[in-house]
Amino acid sequence: MTKKTILNNAHRELGARMVDFGGWDMPVNYGSQIDEHHTVRQSVGMFDVSHMTVVDVNGVQAKAYLQNLLANDVAKLTRQGKALYSCMLTDDAGIIDDLIVYFLDDQNYRLVVNASTRDKDIAWLEKQAEGFDVAVNEQPTLAMIAVQGPKARQKVCPLLPERLGLSAAEIKPFSACWHGEWFVGRTGYTGEDGFEIILPQDKAEGFWTQLLEVGVKPCGLGARDTLRLEAGMNLYGQDMDESKNPLESGLAWTIVWEPEERDFIGKQALVNIKQQGNNDKFVGLILEDKGVLRGHQTVVLDDGSQGEITSGGYSPTMERSIALARVPASIGKTCKIDIRGKLKNARVVKPCFVRQGAVQIEL
Amino acid sequence: MSNTPDDRKYADSHEWALLEADGNVRVGISDHAQELLGDLVFVELPEVGQKVGKGDECSVVESVKAASDIYSPVTGEIIAINGELEDGPEAINDSPYQDGWIFVIKPEDTSELDDLLDAEGYQNLTEDE
Repeated sequence: MTKKTILNNAHRELGARMVDFGGWDMPVNYGSQIDEHHTVRQSVGMFDVSHMTVVDVNGVQAKAYLQNLLANDVAKLTRQGKALYSCMLTDDAGIIDDLIVYFLDDQNYRLVVNASTRDKDIAWLEKQAEGFDVAVNEQPTLAMIAVQGPKARQKVCPLLPERLGLSAAEIKPFSACWHGEWFVGRTGYTGEDGFEIILPQDKAEGFWTQLLEVGVKPCGLGARDTLRLEAGMNLYGQDMDESKNPLESGLAWTIVWEPEERDFIGKQALVNIKQQGNNDKFVGLILEDKGVLRGHQTVVLDDGSQGEITSGGYSPTMERSIALARVPASIGKTCKIDIRGKLKNARVVKPCFVRQGAVQIEL
Repeated sequence: MSNTPDDRKYADSHEWALLEADGNVRVGISDHAQELLGDLVFVELPEVGQKVGKGDECSVVESVKAASDIYSPVTGEIIAINGELEDGPEAINDSPYQDGWIFVIKPEDTSELDDLLDAEGYQNLTEDE
């Protein structure tokens, strides 16, 4: 049974092309994916991300629980509303999911996890809660709309419930504010400024319509994917999964090793993996020849060893094909990609292609 | 609703084949196919002079979403390719039946076209998708 978000009818009325996305009936585009992509880079677009799972962690041991659960350290979060990106690992350091955690106070945190991993995430969160004085409270009656792009804040703030609009105008990147059931994070998955707004389901359609009326363009999951790829942001299930650890997924920066006294699930395994060394690297690629890079294509290094593209596609901003890839550490500045049996030339770059509308790579 | 002109034949793999006055067959992909693929970003064209059999993969169109093989609807020799698509693959989105043509084949046997669907048959096929 395909699940639908509260905005499903709104998408269909706008003529969206719908696809099954991890069991959800979601819009892939409303016409041209490339136009939607450019709109977010240059102006403002919005995405229905109500399929994502919101989970609140409440209780006197909420902080201790999350310090054990996550590879990043919530002790970093001291300012109310501050957000943190983290992986949640198995004992073997495989990535169960990546998530955002918002700090409400020492006893209350809000997590946003992926839709496709909802069931196993909830089961894991509950299992790990044993022995801690915390409650894991999924919030299934909330909707979520991401409004992204350089004009996002000026469009959104006037439409928020009054006091919230004033605070939302003030919050710093990677922070949130809230009022009642409305929750606004200055976060996103596009490499642009903007908000992710969590709100009651019964308010979602009205808010969506208001955003349309002030000229915010609806954008589908297709543009969301090319935007996050340009921003060099990993997609769970493609760039990483439980068979991969953060060190080989470009996410070493999200692991907090110190203080030594803090243990977290997967830490010992990560220490062992790091000591063994010889880990694969996670890199960005730009195709120098014609063609399109795609997930699962083979990367051939100068020394003959091989890696694999994890996500690839066409970058509308750069008008070139780009990819994220997991490759042996011996990779140099260039490599070859096997596209339908032909070896094409690619350049190895840092996996961050576009931020804030600007190309970060020399073309 | 997709546009399906009745002056040409269609393969169930979504190519169209238009028999022209000079006896050659012009090939492209249907409006329905370009809609499913989304924005086209790259076309790998066959080579002029290449011999192709009916049903052979001879070209690839790539959209923002995926790569899709193009199969030759008839046996013959490629005698022209649409070089405009190299820098402007979006012509397939904008004009799938005219400017977005992909190649022209000199067919060995035009009766192979009889095996393809007519516009009505193709429309029935795509309505189920």
